[in-house]
Amino acid sequence: MASLEELYREVILDHYRSPRNRRVLERSNAGADGSNPLCGDEVRVDLLIEAGVITDIGVTGHGCSISQASGSMMGDAVKAKALDEVCRLTDRFKGMMSIEGAADPGLDPERPGAVLGDLEALQGVRKFPVRIKCADLPWTTLEEALGIYESG
Amino acid sequence: MIDPARFRSDFPILGREINGRPMAFLDSAASSQKPAQVIDAMMDVYRNSYANVHRGAYTLSQEATEAYEGARRKVARFLNAAAPEEVVFTRNTTAAINQFAYGWGLGNLKPGDRVLTSVMEHHSNIVPWHIIARHTGAELSFLDITGDFRIDLQKAQDRFDERVKIVSLSGMSNVLGIMPPIGEIARLAREVGAVMLVDGAQMVPHSPVDVQEMGADFLAFSGHKMLGPTGIGVLWGRRELLEKMEPMEGGGEMIREVQLFESTWAPVPQKFEAGTPPFVEAIGLGAAVDYLSEIGMDQILEHDRQLTSYALDRLEEVPGLSIQGPANTIDRGGVVSFDIPGIHAHDIATILDQHGVAVRAGHHCAQPLMRHLGLAATTRASFYLYNSEDDIDALVDALGVARRLFGLD
Repeated sequence: MASLEELYREVILDHYRSPRNRRVLERSNAGADGSNPLCGDEVRVDLLIEAGVITDIGVTGHGCSISQASGSMMGDAVKAKALDEVCRLTDRFKGMMSIEGAADPGLDPERPGAVLGDLEALQGVRKFPVRIKCADLPWTTLEEALGIYESG
Repeated sequence: MIDPARFRSDFPILGREINGRPMAFLDSAASSQKPAQVIDAMMDVYRNSYANVHRGAYTLSQEATEAYEGARRKVARFLNAAAPEEVVFTRNTTAAINQFAYGWGLGNLKPGDRVLTSVMEHHSNIVPWHIIARHTGAELSFLDITGDFRIDLQKAQDRFDERVKIVSLSGMSNVLGIMPPIGEIARLAREVGAVMLVDGAQMVPHSPVDVQEMGADFLAFSGHKMLGPTGIGVLWGRRELLEKMEPMEGGGEMIREVQLFESTWAPVPQKFEAGTPPFVEAIGLGAAVDYLSEIGMDQILEHDRQLTSYALDRLEEVPGLSIQGPANTIDRGGVVSFDIPGIHAHDIATILDQHGVAVRAGHHCAQPLMRHLGLAATTRASFYLYNSEDDIDALVDALGVARRLFGLD
């Protein structure tokens, strides 16, 4: 049962119960909807991008604790970040969530405190392969929003 | 009265432990486990009697053909069909519904005609009709459910008029567990001259079926939910309607004569069975039908009912839990869906799995129903002849762990 506690770390349940950045932005210039049609998790990411920096983010939706906590943490992690940094962070996160990424401990070393710790709490999900896509969903949706922003 | 312990030893997989616990398999509504009798029957074909059917004049092909057609006869007897020719083998329920939707719907529906189904249907009895409606200009119309999770028969009367040409309805909901009054609805369909199909994916594995009594014209179901293998299903139809229905697939086996520019069809049921059929799977389904018949479908229905009754009682002990379905066992099969506010169904399923309890979580391929219930997902426990009250106790215990883990206690 040890792995259950690894999956449902207190910090994940805290983000699930009290999600951060959970609002519809009054002003935004990028956004996307993401869903896992097989399980029904849904995430909406709205962004305000100014001078190449994500100055505001809203993450809404509904789904399991992992998808919603991941979205909440993601919002904290990418806010006030330049887009190239966000891309690096996204790659790092996805790398961490893949089996091969197990050895990479370094998530955003420049940002001290809660954010790094919070995101790393999701590593426990790797032991539950069917749930990895739940953790990835907000990040995939963020990538899609940025893709739409950059192409249009 | 069924003693599940007597059957459990027939199912090799049920001896497994999952995450260090004895397995409580509560997802038979998705797919049932298989007894050794079914597995052995299929292995026996591969080892001893395997050759393509309906082709060779040699011994092996004759044996395989006889076993395949023997399985058709077994299924026909199981359903009390008027003749084995009324049993068409398909890939599964979905393929059977699609054969009916395309084969009957495309040729018979005009703009303004209606296909009547219900809000509680599985996607496999909604999406084919979306496709056929797009091709023909026909419209869809839906039977509602009442606040206590039953088909609203009062309102149903108003849905039946001469525009309704096809009625396609589940015989047992895979989410709510309810078994609608098929006979009554078939009577309403007949009165307006509509042809009716019953989606029997959940009903046929869990209750006695007599197609000559049922009142409907077609019945679709899968082998894998009734102890049989995957890859085999059945479309039963009244012979005179099967003869009028167009095949959805063309190819070998289903023809009488092929010219360069046209061809004619074989008689039923072969005209619907293009290509080499899944005959080993059909033989497996025949063995499953033998197994079920020996126990008796009325016994299985009663066993499921008793387990459902026990589950409803025990789940009531879980604080906050709400049952999505009737709170009683009247006209209801062994499917119990529930919601615990504060814990998402996927989280529940993951936690239960760590305790050896296998359940389904999600929208159960019934998004319109979930929207109607105002839920994104539910957790579903479903029962079969090998389940016992112990499995339900394991479920309830693990739900307690889930509540504690999520701080609900």
